[in-house]
Amino acid sequence: MSTNNAALRVEGVNISFGGLRALNDVYLEIGKNEVVGLIGPNGAGKTTLFNALCGLVKPDSGTFFLDGHEHDFPRTDQLVDLGIARTLQGVGLFGDLTVLENVMIGAQKFAKSGLISACFGKNTKDEKALIERSMHYLENVYATGLAHRRADTLSYPDTKRVAIARALVSEPKILMLDEPAGGLGPQDIEWMNALIRNLTAQMSVLIVEHHMDVVMTVCSKLYVLNFGEVIASGNAEKVRRDPAVIAAYLGTGDA
Amino acid sequence: MIQILNTVLIGITAGSIYSLMAIAMVLVWRSTRVVNFAQAGMALLSTYFGYEVIQISGSYWIALPVAMIGGAVVASIIELVIMRLLLKHSSQGAIASITPIIATLGLLGLIKSVIGYFWGNQDRTIVSPLSNVGFTFGTNTLAISPMKLFIIIAILVLVLSLTFIFQRTNLGLALRASAYSPEISRLAGIKVDLVRTIGWALAGAAGGVAGMLQTANGTGTLSPDSLEFSLLLAFGFIAAVIGGLDSLIGAVLGALVLGLVLAFVLTYVGGSLVFITAFVLLLIILLIRPGGIISQKAGRRA
Repeated sequence: MSTNNAALRVEGVNISFGGLRALNDVYLEIGKNEVVGLIGPNGAGKTTLFNALCGLVKPDSGTFFLDGHEHDFPRTDQLVDLGIARTLQGVGLFGDLTVLENVMIGAQKFAKSGLISACFGKNTKDEKALIERSMHYLENVYATGLAHRRADTLSYPDTKRVAIARALVSEPKILMLDEPAGGLGPQDIEWMNALIRNLTAQMSVLIVEHHMDVVMTVCSKLYVLNFGEVIASGNAEKVRRDPAVIAAYLGTGDA
Repeated sequence: MIQILNTVLIGITAGSIYSLMAIAMVLVWRSTRVVNFAQAGMALLSTYFGYEVIQISGSYWIALPVAMIGGAVVASIIELVIMRLLLKHSSQGAIASITPIIATLGLLGLIKSVIGYFWGNQDRTIVSPLSNVGFTFGTNTLAISPMKLFIIIAILVLVLSLTFIFQRTNLGLALRASAYSPEISRLAGIKVDLVRTIGWALAGAAGGVAGMLQTANGTGTLSPDSLEFSLLLAFGFIAAVIGGLDSLIGAVLGALVLGLVLAFVLTYVGGSLVFITAFVLLLIILLIRPGGIISQKAGRRA
């Protein structure tokens, strides 16, 4: 394995809920500028692994390497500073804020003045810079026209665009997308695929996804989880032919 | 005619002070989902700080900002030391959301005891720094004095500043996002713990100002068991609930409605019905609009 230039690597991850083993000695490596897919049947532990990577679940054991350096599994509030951003399956926009404000939330780390000093006049320049930055990323997902709508008035595909803009605006080195294509029609999926491919110029991407065609199209490497264990990994072609994967997952027809 | 005008003026003055208390309740509710019954105690303690400063410096105008900062400091300490622990350790389930609220009731008693310990139980006096004699209009005396005018203007400035902070600054954005969902806010990079402490500090400051203004406007006396501060808590809380508990503007509107209704009952019906009216008004509004007077739509929280 190429150890040192991996953007993110975890090894020996174990997680149990009560007596139930959710993840068993799981490993994962995301190279720089690589799109990695995490697939597996329902309940295989994909979301648990995802949550462990971003601090929502604390693993019982395991090691975490960021850019070749060992690091504790991050807490949720450290993610953005570590250069990791994620979207949520349920999208997770702030419904009572506008689209622009939602994206600005993701850009907080670029605010030059602190939260408190921001209230005493230092705010205006900062505010303008954050708005510009946020608008730039809304443009990237073709959502500038939505900037001043309240987030809870958007259509589902639009909320996905905004959620991605909010993740991108923090300029992460690693972007984690939880089912980016879920609930989208063919046209939007096409668009999402193109977007993800374009992102690899700037960052690594980890995707949890049910849509096999999305995963097969955009990912350069796949990890297949089943019953909390990695049963196969490698490029799409290799994984597709793996007997264990066929038995567990693909053999039963298109997911 | 002059009586109606005076009743309106009394209602607006009282309502504006309630609005500060209501805003304090809303700020704490939004930042930590706690109904803070200790708010009256915190405001009372801040006002005692103000009283101390008046004893030393002789100036109400120095005491007012000191009480405001003192209130912010006391509130921050309570959030950092007590609430943060409670929110971390009280686990899931129904009891988890109740524990911190019960704790604030305990805190209320604790703060009053602390005040009694340091300042004793006898009344302390804060003299109004401006005349409390109403302006005259022809042969009529209006129910608005220089002090009352100052109160209304000071609160207007504070409310506008807070609204500006909420709507136009990063801090406001962080406060609104954290209120909506702390978990998502953390993922998006907001320092939710810090934001919560700031929410409490702002509430403490608002409470401190409310206490100082109420004392100078009302009886002028302070005691650990001050009825005035208990009423301030009750009316501030009712105003916040009428306003939907989640909205600053709602809190201000709720407080003004409450202040005006109570002033009219006081003038035209009688003082004995004031307290009952406050609760009847609360019940009626909760029955007609359970989400408060400016609730946008039901079930918007995910």
